[in-house]
Amino acid sequence: MTVEARNLHVTLGRRPVLHGVDFTAHAGQVTAIVGPNGSGKTTLLRALIRDLPSRGQVRLNGRDVAAMKPRDLALVRGVLPQAAMLAFPFTAIEVVRLGLQAGAEGWRIGLAQEALDRVGLGDKAHRLYQELSGGEQQRVQLARVLAQVPRSQRDGAPCWLFLDEPVASLDVGHQLAVMEIAADFARGGGGVIAVMHDLNLSAMFAGRVALLSDGRVMGEGTPEAILTDANLAAAYHCALRVNTAPAAGRWILPQSAAAS
Amino acid sequence: MSVVAGAAGPALLPRERRARLVRVGIYAFFALAVFVSVSTGASGTSAWATLGQWLRGEEMAVADRVVLFDIRLPRLALGILVGASLAVAGAVMQGLFRNPLADPGLVGVSAGAGLGAVVTIVLGGLLPVALRDMIGTWLVPLAAFGGGLVTTILLYSVATRSGRTSIATMLLAGIAIAALAGAVIGVMVYIADDRQLRDLTFWGLGSLAGATWTKVAAAAPVIILALAASPFLARGLNALALGEAAASHMGVPVQRLKSAAIITVAAATGASVAVSGGIGFIGIVVPHLLRLVNGPDHRSLLPDAAVLGAAVLLLADAVSRTIVAPAEMPIGVITAVLGAPVFLWVLLRQRGLVDL
Repeated sequence: MTVEARNLHVTLGRRPVLHGVDFTAHAGQVTAIVGPNGSGKTTLLRALIRDLPSRGQVRLNGRDVAAMKPRDLALVRGVLPQAAMLAFPFTAIEVVRLGLQAGAEGWRIGLAQEALDRVGLGDKAHRLYQELSGGEQQRVQLARVLAQVPRSQRDGAPCWLFLDEPVASLDVGHQLAVMEIAADFARGGGGVIAVMHDLNLSAMFAGRVALLSDGRVMGEGTPEAILTDANLAAAYHCALRVNTAPAAGRWILPQSAAAS
Repeated sequence: MSVVAGAAGPALLPRERRARLVRVGIYAFFALAVFVSVSTGASGTSAWATLGQWLRGEEMAVADRVVLFDIRLPRLALGILVGASLAVAGAVMQGLFRNPLADPGLVGVSAGAGLGAVVTIVLGGLLPVALRDMIGTWLVPLAAFGGGLVTTILLYSVATRSGRTSIATMLLAGIAIAALAGAVIGVMVYIADDRQLRDLTFWGLGSLAGATWTKVAAAAPVIILALAASPFLARGLNALALGEAAASHMGVPVQRLKSAAIITVAAATGASVAVSGGIGFIGIVVPHLLRLVNGPDHRSLLPDAAVLGAAVLLLADAVSRTIVAPAEMPIGVITAVLGAPVFLWVLLRQRGLVDL
């Protein structure tokens, strides 16, 4: 089961941002979308979830996303936005409970509490969302998405998480914790598609990487195949060295032009 | 809090348990307001003595009977309908615009509804007689509904860009719409004849004083429909607090929700404005107080706002009738004195949190 986009074109204003992108993500693994600023990572994610008008087709578990109702989509797909606003003073657990909207699991507080526990915010359930730190708000939003799609499979078909920079405002410990949650979801049979800035976390957790540059996919495949010195230098326009070690896996270091 | 994971029972959050207690208080307050509203008035009539006579089948003084059944009771009914509808319209509009300062009275929806009402009062005579007879007392409420609907749609399309509503644009667009409506109303006043002028003046003061059973009958169906529809918007409005995109990803049919909310606001505002003129601030003050106490969950906010709005308007009306008795202070004065400071307070609390 896959999320599959074919020949995706997106134009924002008059500026073409994606030029005929093909993209595939498989259930059972984390797929990282990486690339420099302005390469179209977030645009690709938003086109995949139909937040943006786009030309081309997106299929989720084989079904055309454009033809699916919001409620049906919500049952198999959760979306974590990059920056989430909240208009009214809801508490953390109330925000998480909003994720139960689709009604699949009823309106149970237990599930919301469970999701908050998973992101390590169980003790802050009754704090006002607006009074939490940026990183905590980000994790509350993740908990909301987890409450909406509590299991990685539904009726035998995989569920999907779409994460837009899920670790952007988190410290290193919580970055790992959040990526572990995503990896765990994938291990259970679900699919995760994440826009990532951090190449090391991508190398560590992704089973598949799509490298974007100037609105095109430069390469799609395993981290070993895609995250190479040459590819990264071409995409990011700076020198990067990919190191490997048996115990530590792959780590990627930027090389200062002045120092070398 | 210790919640058994996956427990089936719909356990309540602490805030929700408190909201239940608060609700009891609101109903008690409403009962008090009804009592005060029926008891007070310019005439010395004792409503309860008269009611007792009526129930016992005794002879009532004609004056007492008229005061009770033709003045106070229709006024009570109209006060309940209008108060509930103003508060719910405010709460729904705030949910739709994701902003606690959105209120039909402030952003020009009442003005648009008023324009509809005024145009039909002055130009209604130009309609074919058959049509006029057919619509009858519904003409003014319907026109006010139409005016409110057009303004709400206009406002939403001006102030909302890609799922975000700009407060500044919304308020400024509201001022522009209200000014435009005011200009056309001015023209209508200019061409109105003497009798229409009296109708307009009376209506423009914003008052429950003209309450009759006919007016109640004209407004009730529209308002009751709008009130009955509002609970169905509650979950969607909750989700909308996270933005249109997020709500859609959570399975809310956002376009349908928005249309339903706009029609509800327009219907509730239009019908209230048609029968009672522009009564301000109920739609801001009541939802705001409820959010402070119970939190912003629309599932309790909307029904509570209806009852508290009715109670507040009844009490404001009782004050307006007695404070300068035997004359009447326009009720708009009372609600503004209560409401304007609350509005400023909301604004100050938001300052720094929200980028105008």
